[in-house]
Amino acid sequence: MIKKLSASIREFKKDTLLSPLFIMAEVLLEVSIPLIMADLVDRGVEAGNMDHILNRGFLLVLLALLSLFFGVLAANAAARASAGFAKNLRQDLFHNIQAFSFSNLDKYSSSSLITRITTDVTNVQQAFMMLIRMGARSPAMLVFAMIMAFQINGRLALIYLAVLPFLAGGLIFIMRNALPIFEKVFQTYDVLNRVVQENLRGIRVVKSFVREDHEIQKFSDTSETLYRYFVKAEHFLAGTMPLMQASVYSCMLLISWVGAKLILSSEMSTGQLMSMITYTMQILMSLMMLSMVLVMSTISRAPAVRITEVLDEKPSITQKENAVAQVRDGSVRFRNVSFSYTGDASSLCLWPMDLTIESGQTIGIIGGTGSGKSSLVQLIPRLYDVTDGAVLVGGTDVRDIDLKTLRVNVAMVLQRNTLFSGTVEENLRWGNPDATAEDLARACELAQADGFIRRFEHGYDTRLEQGGTNVSGGQRQRLCIARALLKKPKILILDDSTSAVDTQTEARIKEALRNEMPDTTKLIIAQRISSIQDADRILVLDNGRISGFGTHDELLVQNTVYREVYESQTKGGDFDVSA
Amino acid sequence: MSQPNRPGPRHNPAAQGRIRLDKDSFQTLKRVLGYVGGSYRARFVIALLCIAFSALVSVASAMFLRVLIDDYITPLLLVNEPDLGNMANTIGKMGLLYAAGTVSALIYQFNMVTISHGVLKTIRNRMFSAMQHLPLHYFDTHAHGDVMSHYTNDTDAMRQMLSQSIPHVFSSLLTILFVLAAMIVLSPLLTALVLGMVVVIYQVTARIGGKAAEHFKRRQKVLGEVNGFVEEMINGQKVIQVFSREKAVMQSFHNLNHELFEQTARANRYGIVLMPILGNLGNLQYVLIAVVGGMLAMGDSPALTLGGLASFLTLSKNFSNPVSQISQQINSVVMALAGARRVFSLMDEAPEEDRGYVSLVQAAHRAGQLTESEGPDHLWAWKQVDEEGNVRLTELAGDIRLNGVDFAYETGKPVLHGIDLYARPGQKIAFVGSTGAGKTTITNLINRFYDIQQGEILFDGIPVQDIRKPDLRRSLGMVLQDTSLFSGTIMENIRYGRPDATDAEVIRAAKLANAHGFISRLPRGYETEISGTESELSQGQCQLISIARCAIADPPVMILDEATSSIDTRTERLIQKGMDRLMEGRTVFVIAHRLSTVRNARAILVLEEGKIIERGDHDDLIAQKGKYYQLYNGVLSPTPHPESS
Repeated sequence: MIKKLSASIREFKKDTLLSPLFIMAEVLLEVSIPLIMADLVDRGVEAGNMDHILNRGFLLVLLALLSLFFGVLAANAAARASAGFAKNLRQDLFHNIQAFSFSNLDKYSSSSLITRITTDVTNVQQAFMMLIRMGARSPAMLVFAMIMAFQINGRLALIYLAVLPFLAGGLIFIMRNALPIFEKVFQTYDVLNRVVQENLRGIRVVKSFVREDHEIQKFSDTSETLYRYFVKAEHFLAGTMPLMQASVYSCMLLISWVGAKLILSSEMSTGQLMSMITYTMQILMSLMMLSMVLVMSTISRAPAVRITEVLDEKPSITQKENAVAQVRDGSVRFRNVSFSYTGDASSLCLWPMDLTIESGQTIGIIGGTGSGKSSLVQLIPRLYDVTDGAVLVGGTDVRDIDLKTLRVNVAMVLQRNTLFSGTVEENLRWGNPDATAEDLARACELAQADGFIRRFEHGYDTRLEQGGTNVSGGQRQRLCIARALLKKPKILILDDSTSAVDTQTEARIKEALRNEMPDTTKLIIAQRISSIQDADRILVLDNGRISGFGTHDELLVQNTVYREVYESQTKGGDFDVSA
Repeated sequence: MSQPNRPGPRHNPAAQGRIRLDKDSFQTLKRVLGYVGGSYRARFVIALLCIAFSALVSVASAMFLRVLIDDYITPLLLVNEPDLGNMANTIGKMGLLYAAGTVSALIYQFNMVTISHGVLKTIRNRMFSAMQHLPLHYFDTHAHGDVMSHYTNDTDAMRQMLSQSIPHVFSSLLTILFVLAAMIVLSPLLTALVLGMVVVIYQVTARIGGKAAEHFKRRQKVLGEVNGFVEEMINGQKVIQVFSREKAVMQSFHNLNHELFEQTARANRYGIVLMPILGNLGNLQYVLIAVVGGMLAMGDSPALTLGGLASFLTLSKNFSNPVSQISQQINSVVMALAGARRVFSLMDEAPEEDRGYVSLVQAAHRAGQLTESEGPDHLWAWKQVDEEGNVRLTELAGDIRLNGVDFAYETGKPVLHGIDLYARPGQKIAFVGSTGAGKTTITNLINRFYDIQQGEILFDGIPVQDIRKPDLRRSLGMVLQDTSLFSGTIMENIRYGRPDATDAEVIRAAKLANAHGFISRLPRGYETEISGTESELSQGQCQLISIARCAIADPPVMILDEATSSIDTRTERLIQKGMDRLMEGRTVFVIAHRLSTVRNARAILVLEEGKIIERGDHDDLIAQKGKYYQLYNGVLSPTPHPESS
């Protein structure tokens, strides 16, 4: 994991290394100050030597300024290094996701991917910064101050070694006990948030069943659990500061007692005692900081793991070398195709099937939820790869065709479609960046979108909000169709893409497609039989198998599944007034 | 894959520029402290006393050096055979003082933990309880992400303030006071030097801190842009691939990301650099004191003893720490108070009004008269008590009338005008019309999710605003398109409709709703755990459970909103049958999307722009060849069409 993440440091390696180096220089200077101070006291003050005081004083000021200088340098390097690392990490994540296939994407929810690029990266950045600063500072301080203390008086410094195990042991005890409880705290937090979220969403249900008191009880139970865990965990943590104080105080007392005796037996000077006390503070402080670094790095482990997961994900669809760069015509053949989302032959979503669609035909596809309609069409632009068999477009296996060429020629309007923030025109140009104004208008006319676009105050320059939420569902769908038409595709796939368009407009779109794009093969998935009744042929899918393939009249006679759906829709069907 | 929740706008103090304490903040602080005083007064006082004692001990500890050096070491150095007895005595006393200091620190930390979490628990619970009693208007007009952040970010900031900031500020203030006093006693001249350094440190902090805030604000803006871009692109990732736009998107991302890098590097530089600067200014101060103090300590009758210098040096370290502590903590206090204000404003929202006095009771016909009683043959009745104490019981029948009802969500933007309608017990009324015509609004008025501005709504002849809201709502069932299940088992979810229902009754309701079939095919059956936000069940299955949930409540009047979402034909048929069975024998208002529903309706009301434009049964309306006829034949106006909900 560390190796994977540190690969993103790249051009900021210099800053990443310089920051701890500068910090060590800063610490070294800082630690040498008390030593020179001891000299100033002993040979200056006690000896009454003013020159020595000024001399040492000048040196001390110089050291302090130098230490300031290194401190600022270190801060600069750390700022650059951590911001740069985060930049590269975000970049790497985003690039990797761009190369993801649909099956890669299906593994993660989009919100979890977003969290990884945003919040998780920010957290890792913080941890990284802490690591190259505190992570260098506290051990350096600990070691240098120790060395100095032993230099002054080895016997006195042994006191640290006596107190340190108690402090370290105490800190470990606290962390060991507190951290697992904190895990529970976070879990309870999740439950609490879920209760609030469910209530916000379901407030109409709560109120109409008059269950407010029940919900309040549920919330306060969770709230009570949270309180218990939190108090328990933090009561452990509450020991940290007193423990620290106790250590400092015991060191002080021991050093005072032993130090005084040493001074009296002339083995040490008063100035040295004073600097020993300063070192005591420095050593214990750095130990405290070190334990903080440890806690923080445990906390930031989770986001680091999540990021690595995405970086490690290998795109499952890759381009072949020497791929074919053209698509001959709009014919589609399925040759013994079977498909499963997991690539596992035991949970097939499409059972071995053969299917031939001539170029220019209009094919309707119908079937219940889970019958495999969307899965079937998604194999054509190679959004997923077949598990077995082959899909041929224009006579060539899709796996041999250049991916971009294939997807330009096979336009697909997804069921869950999205527009992006930007003007209507910018959105349409996704289909073809070089389209002329006439091209745009033409595509929109076919998709029955030109009319309402022109009625917008700013026409084609109207700004769309993220997701296109400021236009109605029907308008959104028509814009998505227009965007796909701009590719001038050889094959057009509409996956339930007119569900929010009213019946009459839907009919007009179909008519326009039939008359104006006769050479384009059209595959139309629909819920309502009336939408595809007049297609050249209709494919009926049932549980991942082809149940029938023929014209409306043929199917009515031969296919029971089709007949049942037809009857249920015409007799007890939709009165779809709001569609 | 569920649609990701879009996070609500974060309350970021850095983005809001400089923050200050004002009169409002103090009032909020007082209110927060009111919670502390409420149940934890004694603990809080003890904690404060302990903090004060700890601060005193830390100052005493610095002063101890002087005693050690001046009273023992220096004089004893002049003696040939020093007697260490007195010194041992003093060190022992000091040890006791230290022990007491440590214990008091422990007591204060322990108490603050209990206090802060206890207060938070109370605030959280009151906030939730207040929220449950808010009118629907609140939920419809506030982004859920924002409300969520009151429970997360805002309360967390308050926790920080209570458990850390307030004790720290208090302790720092006392320490500054004690240290200052001790320093003046030791050497007024050196004290002046320290104060001079404090001014310098303050200036530097203010200058750099201001710059940092400025840059953080800019960084926050770019970060927002990057996050927005990422959110949009990842959500549309599949579309990006269908259109082979990966390269173009990466280029835009690269540019934004680079901008973010530059801003972050700059902001961090100012942010981080403060620490080494403050630390090293502290070192510089230490050095200056040593030099000046060293000069003062020279000579035969020095202005400062060597022990005094040692104590002063330690004190000066203790002085600059709390100064920077306070400036840091004040920032988080201000942030926490802003959060507290948002929390309190939720708590202060006016709760749903309920002036109803008519209640729902169980009754039975006894000797030709309706009397209040409980028993197996019970029926429900409205109980009205007038001013003289006379009780009148009216049998709950399910007769609903709307007379001349006008309604607007916002004043000046009327949604319904002059709605007249009635439904006799057991009748089915269907609403049809395009989205935005006001169908859902009417159903929101009957159960008083919203209150009408004009006209009256009568339930069995009683104005609905006279009926106690819980009783009114208990007698009205609702099945909405948005099913809203809760985390828990399927059993618990169905029982939500009537908490005292037995398992057998739950299963009966599930059978009635046609949900039993799929539930019993689940590996864990009725004990299957579902989660309210991201369900493993299909939309259709959730719908079936919500029908069962309503069936078990067995209300005399029902409001149904038929689903329009694409549910596969088989489940759709199950739902239809379930709904049909649920509607039998009840007064029903249904927002209709299905042909069979309208055909069976006693009356169909066609709504347009908040008015009833046609009414009658199916055949009447077809014969009229009006709007209903158009809708029925699917001939809708070709003008921009409202989105299906």
